[in-house]
Amino acid sequence: MLLQQVVFYFFAISLIFSASMVIFSRNPVTSALFLVYSFFNSAILWMMLNAEFLSLVLIFVYVGAVMTLFLFVVMMLNIDTETLRKGFIKHAVLAVGVVIVVLVLMMMAIWTGNLAGLPDIQAPANYSNTHALGNELYTHYVYAFELSAMLLLVAIISAISLSHHKPKRKTQNISSQVDAKPKDRVHLINMSSEKKV
Amino acid sequence: MSFTLSQLIPAIPEVFVTIMIAVTILVSLFLGEKHRNATFYLTQATLLICTLLTVNIFHHQTQIAFHNSFIVDHMACILKVFVYAMTFLSLLYAQPYLRGTELGAGEFYILTLFVVLGMMVLISAYSFITLFIGLELFSLPLYAMIAMQRTAVTAEAAMKYFVLGSSASAFLLFGMSMVYGATGALTIPDIQNAVLLHSPTIAILGLIFILAAVAFKLGAAPFHMWIPDVYEGAPLPVTLILASATKIAAFVLAIRLLVNALPLLTNQWQHMLIFVAILSMLIGNLVAIVQTNIRRMLAYSSIAQMGYMLLGLVSGIGVGFGAAMFYIIVYAIMSLGAFGVLMLISRTGFEVHSINDLRGLNRRNPWLAFMMLLVMFSMAGIPPSAGFFAKIAVLVALVHVHLVWLAALALIFAIIGAYYYLCVVKVMYFEEPEETSLIEINGLGKQLGISVNCLMVLVLGILPTGLFQLCQAAFVGG
Repeated sequence: MLLQQVVFYFFAISLIFSASMVIFSRNPVTSALFLVYSFFNSAILWMMLNAEFLSLVLIFVYVGAVMTLFLFVVMMLNIDTETLRKGFIKHAVLAVGVVIVVLVLMMMAIWTGNLAGLPDIQAPANYSNTHALGNELYTHYVYAFELSAMLLLVAIISAISLSHHKPKRKTQNISSQVDAKPKDRVHLINMSSEKKV
Repeated sequence: MSFTLSQLIPAIPEVFVTIMIAVTILVSLFLGEKHRNATFYLTQATLLICTLLTVNIFHHQTQIAFHNSFIVDHMACILKVFVYAMTFLSLLYAQPYLRGTELGAGEFYILTLFVVLGMMVLISAYSFITLFIGLELFSLPLYAMIAMQRTAVTAEAAMKYFVLGSSASAFLLFGMSMVYGATGALTIPDIQNAVLLHSPTIAILGLIFILAAVAFKLGAAPFHMWIPDVYEGAPLPVTLILASATKIAAFVLAIRLLVNALPLLTNQWQHMLIFVAILSMLIGNLVAIVQTNIRRMLAYSSIAQMGYMLLGLVSGIGVGFGAAMFYIIVYAIMSLGAFGVLMLISRTGFEVHSINDLRGLNRRNPWLAFMMLLVMFSMAGIPPSAGFFAKIAVLVALVHVHLVWLAALALIFAIIGAYYYLCVVKVMYFEEPEETSLIEINGLGKQLGISVNCLMVLVLGILPTGLFQLCQAAFVGG
């Protein structure tokens, strides 16, 4: 039990640290890398909750795919950090206010709610929650599951049709090359010669 | 706890559309520019076959599948058929216009099929999850379709619709989660039978958010701000779908969430809907009077019409729900007719915007002018049009539950509203056109389509019994 608590507090503190570094680090690439680190920390916390499937999916999908893409975007776009930080102090007041309100609400929920009374569910040793999730998704929620796939297809098609411009392929147009006259290519301009003072 | 293929039988139309979406994507990919029309014909054929499939299901009893997340009842079948018909006619009117613009590529038709699929899912949804997925599945492609024509105006309309639409979805989700918290159930029958676990406060709070989202999707005041801007800014082909088929889907959203899922809170939502309905009729009718842009005018008129439709729900009895369903179908037909006439007058590079663009339409194309006249009379509620009968049916339901004052108020607003509809008729018949060239509609299909569409308004007004009884049967002892 003690070992579990040590592991929990270690990764929880590490998670809080990395999450705050996402906000406070000055370089967007560092922020993104700290986000990866905080995903990793929360994956371990989930693992401790016996949610091994979700925990691994978090690493595979978010760290493996989403964050890699995100890093590419951050590196490719030349983000002007100056304008991003402009109203920092002004917005910080509002942000801190929101944080305090949310924090107080959560504290109230934790203290007034009877969390200790919740049953401690002990799953049998051979219980696989990948299996259980798959079972639910492909029987109970199969309709919604398949429709979500359609939703993704919509997103793909709309994104492509919105960003894909009419074909401006850079191919050779041979007939126009043959038709070209010297006067299309070179413009001779009469300039008054420079006068000496 | 198992999934067998036989469960798919009630959902055959949905499965069919899904397959056809895949087919259409591949066909439009490989056929290239020259055969652009192929996607159009494929889409139309899909809609026609879907109609047959759905009518075929109609004769059966109410069927529930996929662990209470899918239902085919009479209401679902009737409204699905109308959604197909509305989409079919919209594409029919829009096709020559689409061919001339960048919208003409296959994506537009494919996304339209997605919209149809989303509406079908929404109409047949029997749990909060499918309801929400259906809603998103028909909203997302619409956002994209508005933005496809890359101009500043459409981009503005698309952004407005997207931002407001997604916040409405967030509201809906928030409300649903509260109802889930209060009842512990996600499927509609479970929620219906749930004894509210805690005090009903949480459920009522959830109801408020749900109602806001429903009002937004219907375009009822005070959540109507996007309607005029989007109707005006969106390309006409998209406006056609927005103004007709999506209204039907939004109606189903209201029915499933309020009537089917939360009968326990009928009192509460009745009071809220009275407010929404009165405000919609007031704002819609008064603001429409001063509009010079015909699309904005029709947009405000749609807000007012949604107010009348909501009166049917306000009554809280089966007769009223049936009347509201009849109203929404009639409204969708009228709206499609009105925007259809605008669409047919428009050419590539010229879209009808001002009411003055309709000046002297009678000289330029008497038949189109007459069609528009029918639609306007029906929207104003002048007998013997369908609009008149729909309004009467809704008001009768109100009188049934002793809300005579509300019925009287609705009548007063209807009289105010008649003014701007008749203004359009005046402009078409008694003013001189600026340009006297005749407007010709190419193609028998379009002529036939618009004629059937607008004459339906008259036919349903004179012989409403068939459809009206179907609508009533969907709610009363159905």
